Amino acid sequence: MSDMQDYNSSLGDAAQSRKFETFSYLPPLSTESTRAQIQYIVDKGWNPSIEHTEPENAISNYWYMWKLPLFGESDVDAVLAELEACHKAHPDNHVRLLGLDNFAQCAGASMVIYRGTAV
Amino acid sequence: MAKSYNAGVKDYRETYWEPNYSVKETDILACFKITPQDGVPREELAAAVAAESSTGTWTTVWTDLLTDLDYYKGRAYAIEDVPGDDTCFYAFIAYPIDLFEEGSVVNILTSLVGNVFGFKALRALRLEDIRFPLAYVMTCNGPPQGIQQERDILNKYGRPLLGCTIKPKLGLSAKNYGRACYEGLRGGLDFTKDDENVNSQPFMRWRARFDFVQEAIEKAEAETGERKGHYLNVTAPTFDEMMKRAEYAKEIGTPIIMHDYLTGGLTANTGLAQWCQDNGMLLHIHRAMHAVLDRNPHHGIHFRVLTKVLRLSGGDHLHSGTVVGKLEGDREATLGWIDTMRDSFVKEDRSRGLFFDQDWGSMPGVIPVASGGIHVWHMPALVNIFGDDSCLQFGGGTLGHPWGNAAGAAANRVAVEACVEARNAGRELEKEGKDILTSAAKHSPELKIAMETWKEIKFEFDTVDKIDVAHK
Repeated sequence: MSDMQDYNSSLGDAAQSRKFETFSYLPPLSTESTRAQIQYIVDKGWNPSIEHTEPENAISNYWYMWKLPLFGESDVDAVLAELEACHKAHPDNHVRLLGLDNFAQCAGASMVIYRGTAV
Repeated sequence: MAKSYNAGVKDYRETYWEPNYSVKETDILACFKITPQDGVPREELAAAVAAESSTGTWTTVWTDLLTDLDYYKGRAYAIEDVPGDDTCFYAFIAYPIDLFEEGSVVNILTSLVGNVFGFKALRALRLEDIRFPLAYVMTCNGPPQGIQQERDILNKYGRPLLGCTIKPKLGLSAKNYGRACYEGLRGGLDFTKDDENVNSQPFMRWRARFDFVQEAIEKAEAETGERKGHYLNVTAPTFDEMMKRAEYAKEIGTPIIMHDYLTGGLTANTGLAQWCQDNGMLLHIHRAMHAVLDRNPHHGIHFRVLTKVLRLSGGDHLHSGTVVGKLEGDREATLGWIDTMRDSFVKEDRSRGLFFDQDWGSMPGVIPVASGGIHVWHMPALVNIFGDDSCLQFGGGTLGHPWGNAAGAAANRVAVEACVEARNAGRELEKEGKDILTSAAKHSPELKIAMETWKEIKFEFDTVDKIDVAHK
């Protein structure tokens, strides 16, 4: 039993326990990894889109859109710059990147790039 | 000039074999694999199957002349060799759409796999595929929510969904059962699942199970901040009892319920699916009894037919086999029927066992569920084979983790996310799988232990039901 590890998660310990769906069980993406994910969204022909929220309202379907979706944007650096700008403007918020597939009318990808203050 | 009546027995082929028939867009087409008794000609048998599965009987009757039999009859229009098997042949049959009640897969199956399967002149008979014309598809209700809407309801994008069937299948009390669910959900699963034979037994009545499991869902949601579900099995002895359980599931605010569409029956399934659509519920479909129908290569109903039937009858998830786990499933054939579940148009492709083009129009798709004998080492292959629009279900592969369900769930969640991230970054999952999992395990002790626990388990029996390919 001594080798067994406790699964450390609780209502009280937000920083340890709260997750943000896809990729939130991995360490935060490095800039290089984020670039690869943006490239994937662009290569799929999806529209990159950036949203953010106060962490306490993360369960809502509707996070705040950062400007409009970046329709037709294929420059990875431009998307990265918008993510940074959103984060600078809302440093305590979660900031997520989506790839909007207008044929499926559904996000093909969604991932939190900046993790806000845990609540 | 009107026909005159001649009583007696005619060869079926005089009426039901039409090799020059040109198929109509609205015809329902079927491909049967026929294994004849010795000495019966192929055309006669194909015609007999067409007759017995549509308008005909063994003798001429005077009432045939009161209708336009040429309009209503099914006809055999083509015969082909079966590659690699000289004991049987394929017969293609066209049925006019007016033979069938709208929106009723029950009616279609009652005709196509009815009395004809006991016909003495056949040694064996298998329904390989059906082409449902779009005109018929449009009369069916289909999946209650569909893949995109399910993603929006559950807020899960860009990765396969992750589930776990609670074990032991039978014998847990409702409170202990809820504990097993809670542990899996808090560890990172999207869903836990009732096993198919969990209905409402004396050791755990349905109502107590629903209450405890719902508390498990809500606690895990509060703890992780993610949306969760549990497939509450509403399969029941009677339709009324099934609906009573479904109504209660809705009342307590659970997002998804479950039904066994073959043992429960297609009438019940179609009714339940319609109710789910009207009540904003997701519907998970289990397929107990399918292998009785679909495993014998010479007799029965192929699973690709059962897949089409379910999509029309209605369900948001359907078990599809895993290719890599403990249960039967040829890779190419599986790819054929998972396309059939999800895509809006599926082209004829004999290498995948698809005999016809199938147009689904705008009918939503069904999420294939890979379940049975799979664990973290299978993850790279599963993500590669099934893609994002799938649900990967690890039962023993979650609950069997040495540190328990939460750790087992976390191991699988880390593994699936690592595989998706690597795939998106352009890496080849099945080649580099070991490397991808090993580096993900550096940040996840749960995954590391899972990889040590299951490393050696493999299932390498040959498939019994294979795609027919030439042997000479």
